[in-house]
Amino acid sequence: METVDIIWIITKAVIVAVALLSFSNLAVLAERKVSSWIQGRVGPNRTSIPLIGSIPVIGTAMTRLGLFQPVADGLKLLLKEDPVPDHVNKFYFFLAPVAAMMPAVTTIAVLPFGQIISDGVVVPIVLADLDIGILFIFAVSSLGVYGMILAGWASNSKYPFLGGIRSSAQMISYELSMGLSILPIFMWANAPGADSGLNLFSVVQHQQGVWGVIFMPGSALLFLVSIFAETNRLPFDMAESESELVAGFNTEYGSFKFGLFFAAEYAHIIVGSGVFTALFLGGWHPLPFLSADLLPDGLLGAAFSIGIFLFKVCCMVFFFIWIRWTLPRFRYDQIMKLGWTMMLPLAIVNLVVYAIIFAFIDG
Amino acid sequence: MAIKELKRKPLTFAEKTYLPQIASGLIITLKNIFRPTITLQYPEERPEIPEGYRGVPTLVKDPNGREKCVSCQLCEFVCPPKAIRIIPGELDEEGDSAHVEKGPKEFEIDMLRCIYCGYCQEVCPEEAIWLQDEFSLSGYTREELIYQKDKLYELGGTLPDNHFKWDKKKSAEEAGNPH
Repeated sequence: METVDIIWIITKAVIVAVALLSFSNLAVLAERKVSSWIQGRVGPNRTSIPLIGSIPVIGTAMTRLGLFQPVADGLKLLLKEDPVPDHVNKFYFFLAPVAAMMPAVTTIAVLPFGQIISDGVVVPIVLADLDIGILFIFAVSSLGVYGMILAGWASNSKYPFLGGIRSSAQMISYELSMGLSILPIFMWANAPGADSGLNLFSVVQHQQGVWGVIFMPGSALLFLVSIFAETNRLPFDMAESESELVAGFNTEYGSFKFGLFFAAEYAHIIVGSGVFTALFLGGWHPLPFLSADLLPDGLLGAAFSIGIFLFKVCCMVFFFIWIRWTLPRFRYDQIMKLGWTMMLPLAIVNLVVYAIIFAFIDG
Repeated sequence: MAIKELKRKPLTFAEKTYLPQIASGLIITLKNIFRPTITLQYPEERPEIPEGYRGVPTLVKDPNGREKCVSCQLCEFVCPPKAIRIIPGELDEEGDSAHVEKGPKEFEIDMLRCIYCGYCQEVCPEEAIWLQDEFSLSGYTREELIYQKDKLYELGGTLPDNHFKWDKKKSAEEAGNPH
């Protein structure tokens, strides 16, 4: 491989990682704004950058929308004093935020987020077009639980410990139904004549006509609930349980390490939304039965397809936030019960039903 | 007393799946997004102060622009946290303040001590001290928050009452029957 290629790959990776982190910052803002709208409030609308904020119409509108707030929040988290309690295990205490952030940034590598048509050939826009894309995502994203376990254990304090224990048990429980719920999608994508393996790009291309969510609403629902649980979002907010565990696993964290946890949560949401979009919402295909191959060749079409994909991801992120401010949290035993006695059997039934359907179709 | 036992209705299948309930909850919150916000943008917008609000105690002037306070010190005595301090003073016998009995030379209210109970207003025989609608105080030092007479009058303004006590006293004296 030549040096130019390596530089080009690194540049792409940096662009995607930076975009993911900025989107997760914007998701924080979206969370604050949407929550305030739902609660009849206004949300952040004061923060302003001196020169840009005073541009007559645009500047004031940006201030009112709170668009400068992520900058202020990020700076605040960076510049605050970083207290490390005496009683923690320093090594794991420092490792935990990294371990929480790492899976989100890693899984984005195999997630295709657009297509480019060059010379009649459709090429995915993705950092690494792995054949085992979804396996890779599951393998890496389940490492995210280590961030929480390590934080909970290394903090050496009861609330983080409880939070860590709870969230790890929860994530392990829901990983099963998560994996089982998307198997039908891959059975569908791997029907005879459409040999696509576990590649995410081919799954998206398989949804040019019917979207996964239309053909398999059950799978979509199970997977959606599972990613809510995997990202520790309400109503599965066991890791934080702020009403009973102070702040759960990140109670002892402050400053930039807390910021990493915080950004990781939203990065996970974005990646989860991206995976859901790719698997069930037809990726970058504009509408059901309307393929993205209609888009123009070259960069313009690529930009359009990325735009469509991002729009769907944003809708999903909004849905995540919307759910959070609608539902109360489940009790811990209810979560376990739901996971093991409802989600898992339903996922198995779902798998068997679609297996039979496909057997009839193909047979 | 007989115990009435209320049977809880068993959940239907749809309710057990949570899904219809979640959907209706989502609709409610979605409707809320499009409702107007109820936030008061505080420093720019001020809340409407209801009548009879007990804000900061202030001193008022009568319609002639004279001090109403006659420094009887009842408020000073009644004040539970002892926030008020009055030094009575003599007034000029001539001119504007003629026929006015007395006036405070100094009148201080320590706003850090004041508990806004309103006893001073209640006890004042001259209706000179009023708890008005001002509610936000701030200062950089403790001394700054001990409000002096001029500050209290500035906050209080003029009370447009129709007693005209000192005018009546004056006209009564001119008619030859003081008191």
